[in-house]
Amino acid sequence: MLQGTLDLLILKTLAVGAAHGHSIAYAIERQSDDVLQVEHGSLYPALHRLEDRGWIASFWGTSENNRRARYYRLTTTGRQQLAAQTSRWDEIVRAVNRILKPA
Amino acid sequence: MSLTRFFRRSRWDDERARELESYLAIETEENIARGMAPAAARDAARRKLGNATLVREEIYQMNTLTLVDSVWRDLKYGARLLRLNPAFAVVAILSLALGIGANTAIFQLLDAVRIRTLPVKSPEELLEIRIADPVGGRTGQFSGRRPSLTNPLWEQIRDRQQVLSSVFAWSGVGFDLTTSGEARTAQGLWVSGDFFSGLGVPALIGRTLTSADDRRACDAPPAVLGYGFWQRDYGGDPSVIGRSITLDGHPFGIVGVTPASFFGVEVGRAFDVAVPLCAEPISRGAQTVLDRKAVWFLGAMGRLKPGVTLEQARAQLTSISAPVFQATLPEYRAEDAKHYLDFKIGAYQAGTGISQLRRQYESPLWLLLATTGLVLLIACANLANLMLARATAREREIAVRLAIGASRGRIVRQLLAESLLIAAAGAAAGAILAQWLSQFLVDFLRTENNRIFVALSLDWRIFAFTAALAVLTCLVVGLAPALRATGTAPASAMKSASRGSTDPHERFGVRRVLVVAQVALSLVLVVGAGLFVRSLRNLLTLDAGFRQDGILILNMDLRRAGIPDERRPASFAEITSRLAALPGVSSAAQAFIIPVSGSGWNNNIVIDGKKYPDNVNINEVSAGYFRTMGTPLLAGRDFAERDMPGAEKVVIVTQLFAQKFFPGQNPIGRAFQIDEPPGQPRPLCRIIGVVKDTKYTDLREAFIPLAYFASSQALKPDPFLQVVLRSKAPLTTITPAATAALGQINSGIIVQFQTLPSLVRDSLVRERLMATLSGFFGALAAVIATIGLYGVMSYMVARRRNEIGIRIALGADRRTVVRMVMREASMLLIAGVALGTALAIAAARTAATLLFGLHPADPATIATAVAGLGIVALLASYLPALRAARLEPIEALREE
Repeated sequence: MLQGTLDLLILKTLAVGAAHGHSIAYAIERQSDDVLQVEHGSLYPALHRLEDRGWIASFWGTSENNRRARYYRLTTTGRQQLAAQTSRWDEIVRAVNRILKPA
Repeated sequence: MSLTRFFRRSRWDDERARELESYLAIETEENIARGMAPAAARDAARRKLGNATLVREEIYQMNTLTLVDSVWRDLKYGARLLRLNPAFAVVAILSLALGIGANTAIFQLLDAVRIRTLPVKSPEELLEIRIADPVGGRTGQFSGRRPSLTNPLWEQIRDRQQVLSSVFAWSGVGFDLTTSGEARTAQGLWVSGDFFSGLGVPALIGRTLTSADDRRACDAPPAVLGYGFWQRDYGGDPSVIGRSITLDGHPFGIVGVTPASFFGVEVGRAFDVAVPLCAEPISRGAQTVLDRKAVWFLGAMGRLKPGVTLEQARAQLTSISAPVFQATLPEYRAEDAKHYLDFKIGAYQAGTGISQLRRQYESPLWLLLATTGLVLLIACANLANLMLARATAREREIAVRLAIGASRGRIVRQLLAESLLIAAAGAAAGAILAQWLSQFLVDFLRTENNRIFVALSLDWRIFAFTAALAVLTCLVVGLAPALRATGTAPASAMKSASRGSTDPHERFGVRRVLVVAQVALSLVLVVGAGLFVRSLRNLLTLDAGFRQDGILILNMDLRRAGIPDERRPASFAEITSRLAALPGVSSAAQAFIIPVSGSGWNNNIVIDGKKYPDNVNINEVSAGYFRTMGTPLLAGRDFAERDMPGAEKVVIVTQLFAQKFFPGQNPIGRAFQIDEPPGQPRPLCRIIGVVKDTKYTDLREAFIPLAYFASSQALKPDPFLQVVLRSKAPLTTITPAATAALGQINSGIIVQFQTLPSLVRDSLVRERLMATLSGFFGALAAVIATIGLYGVMSYMVARRRNEIGIRIALGADRRTVVRMVMREASMLLIAGVALGTALAIAAARTAATLLFGLHPADPATIATAVAGLGIVALLASYLPALRAARLEPIEALREE
């Protein structure tokens, strides 16, 4: 996975609603048709980093199977960041495409 | 990254562990739901998560201030090392505590007498008012502890100056609290009305004095008590306000008490009671000096007006000088009058107060600070040596860590942590020790006659000083070993540590240098101690011209005895003979000036109309004085009955007087006059005897020509009498007997006792202080340096066990081995002594003014110090040498 894209994908996943680490990873994998595999070794540090920046917040909740799990939700700054990062991503994709597939 | 998160990082870590746990549980459940067996499901979940510890570590790192964390670890590690070796830790901490404690104590004293400002409002605005560098000196009578101005001068300055928002004057005086029997003195102050308001000192209870209290001819003046006196004499009772206190036999109404922090304007003294200056005639009666133009007894200060600079103030005071001195000119001889009219009023910054203590002890204290600084340095060098040995023992471990990639800075930091701990513990213990030491020093300086008071409070300067010492010691002790231990290439360190048969010479260099430095510095201190001890001995054994043992001095105040002026000479004679008749007393005599008491009286003399420029000292004594004091009469006769007021004025002179003014002639029968001011009688004084030279104001001064007049010829003496007694009876029986006898003669006599030996001893407090402390520190330094030399020699022998073993196995004589080790030690010692002698000679020059009767580079003192230190040090290195010689070669070789 590209450097920095994991943060963006986490933010996007959380835009729908709060989720715990496992379901975030699952959602990313499922929505990308298993093309993107989330390494858990980088998921949790990424969550911590995002929380440290104040883009997401965490709380303990109960999962669908009645298990205690740590949930993450998007903060207001996180929502703004998601918008900014998404447009930045679009720019990069367009730029890379212009190079790879010149018209 | 917030600091709170840093301190709560272990809680965070737990949180993560639980989160990962819950991840595993969820994933396992899903795997089971997909049809896996529970064990396989859990394994698969684990595989998917990967290394959980690594994840946690990564997050932990994100929460960590790496530097703080590793420093904390280093300190914990250092503490563990110290606990492992408690003997080393105790010796190290104790030696530093002693060094840092001594430094702090002396700095505390310096801070109190030199650096700290007065505890009053805006002390930096205070200026002392006195005559600016009087050319030709001032003439007249001087009394009090700061005789800067006369009262007429003070009043002129007070009324004419415009640059100071307030001016005030004071004079220190001893007030008698009793009305008969043995005296009890309070430290008194006569102060002008604005004294307390000018300083900005409020009353703790009641009120202070105001200018309304200080009006000439005041008849019921108030008194303000100092805090310490209030606590001591009144138990801090607030109802003291409104009560009355008897000073010199006169009642004063107590109106207030000043705060605990305020001791007056003189650093080194605390006032007990302050009364308005207008009360001076109440104590002194007809002898009042308020209108005397040549009696200097007042100190004065002022507070600069806002917006006025020091230069402007000085300029204004200079400009009013001419009219001020014109208006107050005393009846002087022409040349003195000329000097007087040339005087200028000066203003000097006085935020730190004024102090006799400072003048007397500032340079000794700086010198002692340098001494204790050297002691600390020697202790540090010693510790550095020990640390070096420890670092060498860990050489291999450090080499391994460097080899597997530890950074050098990281390891240096870890090694420094240990010395930082030692230094911090030493500083803490030293700070506590310092409180005892500084109090000991103050008690040492306090004598019966000089009740000094030093406010030994702790302030930020002392803490900063102690902390700076701790950091410095830490660096000195730890840095060299740390750099050295990490400086060698890992490969060579590992190789050489495996077999210690030979030792790279360079490895020993630092330790040798440290020992040489220790020997050199301790020699400086030992030489210094020798100089001060010999100075004191010179002073104690010199021939002062009198025999002090068995002399008791009685100081009598007869102001309330009701004896009329013209009856005084007769009643003085009667008192003296009654005292001489007491059991155990062999003789008694009156003396106006007691030798070595610090007081003096001098004047010029005129012989056959020719005036001599050098002053001669004067005393006034009764018949029997020379016998009592044990001063031999060399020619002529003592005073006798026939030397009455009406008869020819007679005088006994000292040898030096005779040699100087009548060289090669018989002085008996010759005459001279005292150069009295115009208007005063100038009787011809006939020399009737010659006595041996004696010291006058001070033991340290050279002999000065001295003339004794007969007290029997004094016309109207003041109502004070001093008598010297020679007695074999112990003090405890003679003082009650004398008090009782005086009470029988007149119940209004107040008497104070002192022995001449204690007076002499008190006059040498500074010399005793220097001798005692420098002796102690010199011995301490010598011991530390000897231990240092012993340590290095033992270490050297231990490192060279193999080599020495081989030498002995190959047939080396044991004596040869001893010689080899001793040669090594001697070389270090000789280098240290040579360097130390040079340093000592240079250093002693700074102490020259504090020495007596010997040259700063006194060869005998230096030789004794070198010999003493050398013998002790050689003995200390003989032990390791002996151990080397007794080495069993087989064991030494097998051990490796």
